[in-house]
Amino acid sequence: MINKVMIAAVLICAATVTQAQDRYFTKSGRIEFFSKAPMEDIEARNKTVAAVLDTKSGALQFSVLMKSFEFEKALMQEHFNENYVESNKFPKAEFKGSITNNGDINYAKDGSYTAKVKGKLTIHGVTRDVETTGTIKVASGKIDASSVFNILLSDYNISIPAIVKDKISNSIKIAVDCKLEPLK
Amino acid sequence: MKAYLLPVLLFGMFMPAWAQEEEDMLKQLGEDEPKKEYVFNAFKSSRVIMSHSMEMLRPGVLDFRILHRFGRFNGGVQELFGLDGPATVRLGLDYGITNFLSIGVGRSTVNKELDGFIKLRPIQQATGPRSSPVSVVVTGGSTLFTTKWSDPARENFFSSRIAYYGQLIIGRKFSEGVTLQVMPTMVHLNMVPLKNDNNDIYAAGIGGRIKLSKRISINADYYYVVNQNTSTPAKNPLSIGFDIETGGHVFQLHFTNAKGMNEKAFLTQTEYDWGKGDIMFGFNISRAFQIGKKKR
Repeated sequence: MINKVMIAAVLICAATVTQAQDRYFTKSGRIEFFSKAPMEDIEARNKTVAAVLDTKSGALQFSVLMKSFEFEKALMQEHFNENYVESNKFPKAEFKGSITNNGDINYAKDGSYTAKVKGKLTIHGVTRDVETTGTIKVASGKIDASSVFNILLSDYNISIPAIVKDKISNSIKIAVDCKLEPLK
Repeated sequence: MKAYLLPVLLFGMFMPAWAQEEEDMLKQLGEDEPKKEYVFNAFKSSRVIMSHSMEMLRPGVLDFRILHRFGRFNGGVQELFGLDGPATVRLGLDYGITNFLSIGVGRSTVNKELDGFIKLRPIQQATGPRSSPVSVVVTGGSTLFTTKWSDPARENFFSSRIAYYGQLIIGRKFSEGVTLQVMPTMVHLNMVPLKNDNNDIYAAGIGGRIKLSKRISINADYYYVVNQNTSTPAKNPLSIGFDIETGGHVFQLHFTNAKGMNEKAFLTQTEYDWGKGDIMFGFNISRAFQIGKKKR
């Protein structure tokens, strides 16, 4: 009797562990960021974002290599890595969180849904709680997750020297766009 | 009996959800293969102070370089420690054609000399599989002085105005803060003052930097000239200074005994001696412009 109940418990455990089929991923997601300042606009994009979304629980995770951000000006890219985000010390930026209104999103049905996202964003070795909204588009078994939000460089201990204050804005707009495929 | 099993069941049902919160889902994507990653920013600019550094210009970058040396420091307060002059200048333009090929031209006050060079980096330091621990850079250049002939009556050849130099740079960025390089160098002078003088001058150079902060480093470079001509008693050039980078500009503020600002000039025509206090304050300003657009 005891054994049967134990087996049942173990089975329930196993059944509730999320199956891989519920997970969607990409290794070529895009993240772009923009800084608008009086003297200069800065723009960079990264096309090698890794992301996983668990449609069952709403858990969401991103990871991006700082060195693969591409700038139009070579010098900007150099300074970004060397002076601002210190890519050698902090090679990755990461987000770990979840979609809080995951129940409202029907991943089985094509359509566009608004997703509320909450979690922890780590840039330059500093972790901060962030909350934003994004869009989940479901189309023929694929998921397109996108969001635009702002962060403050000062929140992440990225300092702007006085001499370039007019060239770099403290507020950076970040746009995420990931086309996710089923993880097998 | 059943009452005592209930907690086990409940625990069984809730545990997975709890476990999932902590899970790193990205691990499911598999470990990234170690990639070869090139090492950049060994120096703030393409020169240590006098010498070419192991660092190259990025493609499409035009570097306008203003090099300036004041007068001798030991001129004392009367000469405001050399700031009264006589100052010498080299104006130059360098351009990065690709990541491993740069060219440059310049014109110096000393001897009204023109110079040009090609700089090639066949091997770039990298990390990861099949990578080189050092960068290897080759530079070749020539100089042409345009002052009037000291003896116009003599038969003077245009080719006599020309000298060549070749240099091998082997350098390594040991850490974020420390870079060192060695520069075996040869200068060929088409014309030398005396018949017995060497046309080929050999020198061994060493240069490096230590970063003091993200934007400031202390740099130095030195050459030991092996077979200096006795007719032109030149000293070994040594420069020590700071690199200050302000985004777009790099200021190299330094002290040196070399008035010349191309390889031929500072290796074969450095009259001043550090030991006697014949030091000059100087600065190099590098202003980089992005000319070519980067491919997206």
